[in-house]
Amino acid sequence: MNSRKYLVEKIVKIILLIFTIFIVFVLLSIFYGIFKKGLSALNWEIISQVPKGGYYFGKEGGILNAIVGSLYLAIGASLIALVISIPAAFFIHTYLFSYPKWQKRVRLWLDVLWGIPPIVYGAFAFNFMLFMGWPSSLLAAMITVALLISPVMIRSMDESLQHNSKGLFESALSLGFFKGEIGFKFLFKQSLPGITTAFLLALGKGLGDTASVLFTAGFTDYIPESITEPAATLPLAIFFQLSSPIPEVKERAYAAAIVLTIIILVISILSRVLSKRFSKNRIK
Amino acid sequence: MNFSLRYYIEKLRKSWMIISLVIILSLPFLIGISLLFKSWPLLVSTPISEIIFSSNWMPTKGNFGLWPFIFSSIVVSLLGLLIMIPFTLASAIYITQFAPNWISKVLRTVIDILAGIPSVIFGLWGIIVIVPMVSEWATSANSANASGYSILAAGIVVAVTTLPFVLNMLIELFESVPRELKESTLAMGASHWQTIKDVILKKIRPGIIAAFTLGLSKAFGETIAVLMVVGNVVQIPDSIFAAGYPLPALLANNYGEMMSIPKYDSALMLSALMLLIIVILFNYFAHKVIRFYQSKM
Repeated sequence: MNSRKYLVEKIVKIILLIFTIFIVFVLLSIFYGIFKKGLSALNWEIISQVPKGGYYFGKEGGILNAIVGSLYLAIGASLIALVISIPAAFFIHTYLFSYPKWQKRVRLWLDVLWGIPPIVYGAFAFNFMLFMGWPSSLLAAMITVALLISPVMIRSMDESLQHNSKGLFESALSLGFFKGEIGFKFLFKQSLPGITTAFLLALGKGLGDTASVLFTAGFTDYIPESITEPAATLPLAIFFQLSSPIPEVKERAYAAAIVLTIIILVISILSRVLSKRFSKNRIK
Repeated sequence: MNFSLRYYIEKLRKSWMIISLVIILSLPFLIGISLLFKSWPLLVSTPISEIIFSSNWMPTKGNFGLWPFIFSSIVVSLLGLLIMIPFTLASAIYITQFAPNWISKVLRTVIDILAGIPSVIFGLWGIIVIVPMVSEWATSANSANASGYSILAAGIVVAVTTLPFVLNMLIELFESVPRELKESTLAMGASHWQTIKDVILKKIRPGIIAAFTLGLSKAFGETIAVLMVVGNVVQIPDSIFAAGYPLPALLANNYGEMMSIPKYDSALMLSALMLLIIVILFNYFAHKVIRFYQSKM
């Protein structure tokens, strides 16, 4: 009996390990597949030039318009999201400080919001733009993505603020500071690591999201010069080029996928390094 | 600083805080109202049960039966869930219970990277790796559709896109189990696996179900990755090798032409509204269950 118990445990352990290794294998297969297909098409020309005439028939040019467009979009959207998220997160921790029930409700609703599919945001934004008579533009896409990523941003700042000692808030309050001042003066410094990781998380989401910008950003072969112009984004460039029947154009879709993957990886490494560095002036 | 100036700045700050929080919190209502407003013309002219359960999809003739799309969506997300369950559960148990520290760290990094990969990349991977594989299976099963662009391919891709999200939640759940509970069971003479199977899993079962519900609703809304591998044929799929056409794909593919056919935009916005309502309901109850565990432990 006793030996059987441990035999079962050994077998179970091996089965669990096999399933777990499979997940690692999937990640490797994603990288391998994309690099194998796209590496031959990836060269300096593709990264450094905008599409020229006949690009979509396999002639020269590159995807610089999509790279720059994506970066503009992600940075702009993350900045707008910051302007909304920082005060909202501070409100939960200052003015709602003595209402734990409401804090819980707000958190629950934010978590629910996070699950709304991007395509629904896209449809809503498209409706709104039609209603206002706005053409598809970089600004419209930025606002859409900003609304999409704000709930995640607020929640991740909120999580990092929850580790703060309650004493900090109470002692500052007893010294006569206003609640908002405590938020922006004291909690801000405390939540800097949280804000940094939230920003980078949002940046990654903004770069990768396709469904919400499909309706709003439009597509163009040029690098946008103002936020009222339409813009190309990397995921859309991948998506459109892939549907082309010409093999050279298809290969470039994979090259664009490599560029996107590398940018996302760099951001995720950066967020790890920075969140470690910023956590040093924390009051436990 | 002068007190009244400080006071006014505080007022300003407070309204900025409230306005931004209210904008975000009221967003689902705003989205819902705007989608309802847009889909109203169709809702008043056709009974809702007919729109949902009719398979007659002929936009040019004014027939908007959404059933093929709803059915595809349900099948794809359930299939994705079925595929995902063993992998997430097994690796959550392995990572939190058995793995040595350094392996657990490596695996968590893998999950984080996987979680950051954009949907369009998963779709590409689906086209390169999954679709040819499914195509081979379909050929050997003598299926009518041997292209590989099918419900099954979409199910596999959706399983992978939702996997890191669900896995992270499961890991958190397993870690929320108090140490003493595990230790006392072990002290009673149970093996590690018996402890997990009979005590830990039982203790957090509703939480696990809630995590899978969240995964299901995420799969339901997955757009681009599914769209790239599902085949996009309007039909009721008769096998897992048949092509399908889920709701989000319908939205993404047709927004460009929806203005040219009367009521077409109403039908599309109605499908967006359905996505919104289903996802909010699922997520609300799932998060309530998960909250219960977080507050208890």
